[in-house]
Amino acid sequence: MKFVHFLVENHPQIVELTLEHLWLVGVSTLFAVLVGIPLGILSAHRPVWNRPVLGTANVIQTIPSLALFGFLLPLPWLGERADRLAILALTLYALLPVIRNTYTGIRGVDPAVIEAGRGMGLTGRQLLLQVELPLALSVILSGVRVAMVVSVGLATIAAAIGAGGLGEFIFRGLAMVNNQLILAGAIPAAILALSADFGLGLLEKRLRPR
Amino acid sequence: MESSFAHETVVEFRNVGYTLPNGQPLLSALQLQVERGETLVLLGRSGSGKTTTLKLINRLLVPSSGEALVNGASTRDVDVIRLRRSIGYVIQDVGLFPHYTVEKNIGLVPRIEGWTAERVHQRVEEMLQLVGLEANLASRYPHQLSGGQRQRVGVARALAADPAILLMDEPFGALDALTRDQLQREFLSLQQRLNKTVVFVTHDLREALRLGSRIALMDSGHLVTVLSPDEFVRSSHPLAAAYVQAFADGLDSVPSRGRR
Repeated sequence: MKFVHFLVENHPQIVELTLEHLWLVGVSTLFAVLVGIPLGILSAHRPVWNRPVLGTANVIQTIPSLALFGFLLPLPWLGERADRLAILALTLYALLPVIRNTYTGIRGVDPAVIEAGRGMGLTGRQLLLQVELPLALSVILSGVRVAMVVSVGLATIAAAIGAGGLGEFIFRGLAMVNNQLILAGAIPAAILALSADFGLGLLEKRLRPR
Repeated sequence: MESSFAHETVVEFRNVGYTLPNGQPLLSALQLQVERGETLVLLGRSGSGKTTTLKLINRLLVPSSGEALVNGASTRDVDVIRLRRSIGYVIQDVGLFPHYTVEKNIGLVPRIEGWTAERVHQRVEEMLQLVGLEANLASRYPHQLSGGQRQRVGVARALAADPAILLMDEPFGALDALTRDQLQREFLSLQQRLNKTVVFVTHDLREALRLGSRIALMDSGHLVTVLSPDEFVRSSHPLAAAYVQAFADGLDSVPSRGRR
């Protein structure tokens, strides 16, 4: 009962922090898609690039998030604002699932389909846009889904460098040993993660090739 | 006009060799001419170089040595996209686009060639009829078709832009015997009407004898001999004779038939 009361009382701030959180996750996922899909295509089409690209993305993934936020602090333009930093860090983490699934999705297209397409005179671009990407789309999307769900969780840590988001409640709650504050951050974050998972999962199912 | 030139070479191999990047030769010193309107069958075991030969025609492969010519021009010198769109291509696994309807699959090349939607639609209807498929299949997806229907769609797709040359790589190889027989029969009547220049790959002597106007026998990357079906069955060439013998043994092995 006390918690409900707390929520009602603080709802403007909860809404604000949730929106901030969404902003961090949304923008970083968008960047990860814009960078990751081309990199995934590159590694699928040019085997030479496969190891360096996926290897680098893998290494980034192993850096502890708090450390990564710290590493990025001294960067010029980015270091000026915490949300820029947070978005960069989240983008870097989101890259691996996007790249890997793009690679897997494109490599998974039936070779006979590719051969027929090439044999009929599709250009490389037509083959990519009309055949490979549409057929890989559901796999790519499931990578985006993983990236997004992970980002929602990681973005709470961005509050440690002052980037805002629901992590602020959590960190404040931890500092003040106040469970209500922690839950006020954790529950909306969990809801965000679940809805991203559910929504993109639905989309993925609809796009799955028969 | 087509038939007035009795021997017009459409495809020519001039001393063509093809070697894999790792140095393994797949084809050596191939000399071969395909005449307008004929069905040349490339017959041989797997690994004999017949598919390699086929892919050299639409430049899915480029000769390592020598020259492959289509309509007198080396495949190396022509615009590869133009070349491929002017040649129909049918493969055993069909390779229909699973996310496209039958209509969209058949209309693919006309569409990317910039035909109007109406003309493409009309063409698709003609093609469906040509290969003996019901018009109501147009809106189906490949996974909703039987193997025989899929292969018919594959043939229709290859013929849609009306190419003068048709390359077929074991198109009926994955079908059951009865469907294969029916499609072979349809191929013959189709070929009588359309008079395409066809290069047809198979490992099946029966199919080669039935469909080919000439049979090019291949073995481990070499062209052994080129014979008409008639000559082939009477040939004293050891490999050709071995094929014929194996074929005859197959018939004789039916117990009730006994030995002649």
